[in-house]
Amino acid sequence: MINWKVILSIAKTHLLSKFKQTSIAALGVTFGIGAYITLVSFMTGLNKMLDDLILNQTPHIHIYNEIEPSKKQPVDLFEAYNSSINIVHSIKPKLVQKKIYNALPLLNYLRENEDVRGAVPQLKAQIFYISGSIELGGNLTGIQVLEEARLFDIQDYIVKGSPKALSNSNNGILLGAGIASKMSLDIGDKVQISTIKGDVFPLKIVGIYQSGIADIDAVQSFTNLKTVQRILGEPDNFITDINVKLNNIDLAPAMSKKIEQQFNLKAIDVKTANAQFETGTTIRNLITYAVSITLLIVAGFGIYNILNMFIYEKMNDIAILKATGFSGDDVLLIFMSQAIIIGLIGGCLGLFVGLMLSNLIDTIPFETEALPTIETYPVNYNGWFYVIGITFAMLSTFLAGYLPAKKAKKIDAVSIIRGQ
Amino acid sequence: MSVVFEVKHINKYFRKPVLFHVLKDISFKVKKSEFVSIMGKSGCGKSTLLYILSTMDTDYEGELFLNNKLITGNSRNELAYLRNKYIGFVFQFHYLLSEFSVLENVMLPAKKLGEKSFEEIEFDAMEKLKMLNIKHLANKKAYRISGGEKQRVSIARALINNPSIVMGDEPTGNLDSHNAENVFNIFKELSQQKGLSLLVVTHDQDFAKKTDRIIQMEDGKILT
Repeated sequence: MINWKVILSIAKTHLLSKFKQTSIAALGVTFGIGAYITLVSFMTGLNKMLDDLILNQTPHIHIYNEIEPSKKQPVDLFEAYNSSINIVHSIKPKLVQKKIYNALPLLNYLRENEDVRGAVPQLKAQIFYISGSIELGGNLTGIQVLEEARLFDIQDYIVKGSPKALSNSNNGILLGAGIASKMSLDIGDKVQISTIKGDVFPLKIVGIYQSGIADIDAVQSFTNLKTVQRILGEPDNFITDINVKLNNIDLAPAMSKKIEQQFNLKAIDVKTANAQFETGTTIRNLITYAVSITLLIVAGFGIYNILNMFIYEKMNDIAILKATGFSGDDVLLIFMSQAIIIGLIGGCLGLFVGLMLSNLIDTIPFETEALPTIETYPVNYNGWFYVIGITFAMLSTFLAGYLPAKKAKKIDAVSIIRGQ
Repeated sequence: MSVVFEVKHINKYFRKPVLFHVLKDISFKVKKSEFVSIMGKSGCGKSTLLYILSTMDTDYEGELFLNNKLITGNSRNELAYLRNKYIGFVFQFHYLLSEFSVLENVMLPAKKLGEKSFEEIEFDAMEKLKMLNIKHLANKKAYRISGGEKQRVSIARALINNPSIVMGDEPTGNLDSHNAENVFNIFKELSQQKGLSLLVVTHDQDFAKKTDRIIQMEDGKILT
């Protein structure tokens, strides 16, 4: 028979009469949870931004023709030497065409696959930017800019102009920021480019591209796929690369292998291409959680400490309660409910403080060359952090309260009453 | 007259620091509206006996009957309930919850019992306080009143659930003669007028003489 009203009213009186200690215990939780929320929101926000920096630009699967030696040399195919060990010196790479064979049907095939969110063709060409008598080497990539914008967020890296401006123009170019500053060019200007064969074409600058990686920005420019095909004098189906974005990035390794075998092409998945990046993310998450859990445990010890002191101070009260007919379980519940009230109030305040601090961080300017579209520190407002925070607050206060409360339950009233 | 409380062949040992036989084959009865005092020298085991009777100490041999029902061997929670409903306590030291008001202290055991509504309990508590002439203290915090007043508050608390028996461990031991007299008179009145049984451990010869019966103890045994 548990009389909650009485138990809670006793717990309330205890808490209010020791308002200072109660507030300190609750503030301990508030601090722990608030710091956890702030830290985890900020860190995962930063993580996500760094992940996006790589993932958005990187296709999940990159398909192209690799120049490499044949895996089987002619001698391996000759039956007479089948059972012998053949050693071939100075193997030369096999000459393959740069373009992907049957690229358009392949694109259609990929787009029909349910796991594929999108596939875009690219045509990469070596060119020179011409400024008077100076020729600067560079890369010009022909893209379907609207598809790129949809799948790979290219608009985040266009600091001036827009993808639309490029797609609407026949001879537009998104010039790399590095080249633009080297050649003192801006939107609306014209830039001369020359192919390796020596043909010179004027292109109109409709946008400035800045990836944040200076080496890339100093060489890389984009234009429409058709424009590059025209410059190189190649037909519509001349495509050197296909970039695939999947709905689920985890499928990339398996799918890239399948494509390699099926079409006899090179297919690199994002995990192979960026193995070190995955490691970085994992470790950053690990650190975030290690620090957060430490904070929460420290808060838990604070509660444990204060409740322990409470119980020593309240020895007499416990003895009286027991003598007047409160059972050990009632006493346990009285102290447990104190712990849980502290946890709940401290935890909710902590969530609020965390939200406020995250909001504050979200407004702090954060401008960097590397991330042209980021203006303030990134913060991840994920509801789950708040659920985890309050759950942990309750859990740790429960545990921190349970041990002292159990002690209170076991206190022998007789020895206290007689001992005085 | 009906028997309220009965003790049969109680034996108790202290195991630490060495095995010591504290109570030796104690048996007696307390009848309804009887005022019994237990006397004896320090260390004769009278307080130990009282705490066994109070059901707070369960480490003993023998049998304990409350209202003719065996309560030895009941679970701690059942004992807590019996203590709450049938037994009132008054200690030598006042033992009030200092952060609660006088009224709340008195009401607490009744709230725990939970048989009456809050208003009824409050009314009862005020009645008890009025009976003990401390009604004016009802809303004061327990730590702000004097020793004699505290003792009366703890008597009021012992009475709030209309128990079958009230036990006291030197209830007047810490009071001056005027207040001791006062407490004795209250007890006497309760046993005579309300039919309450009282079992009081005391050192005070004068106090004991005025009770209905004295149980004299020595070396863990009952002499008379």
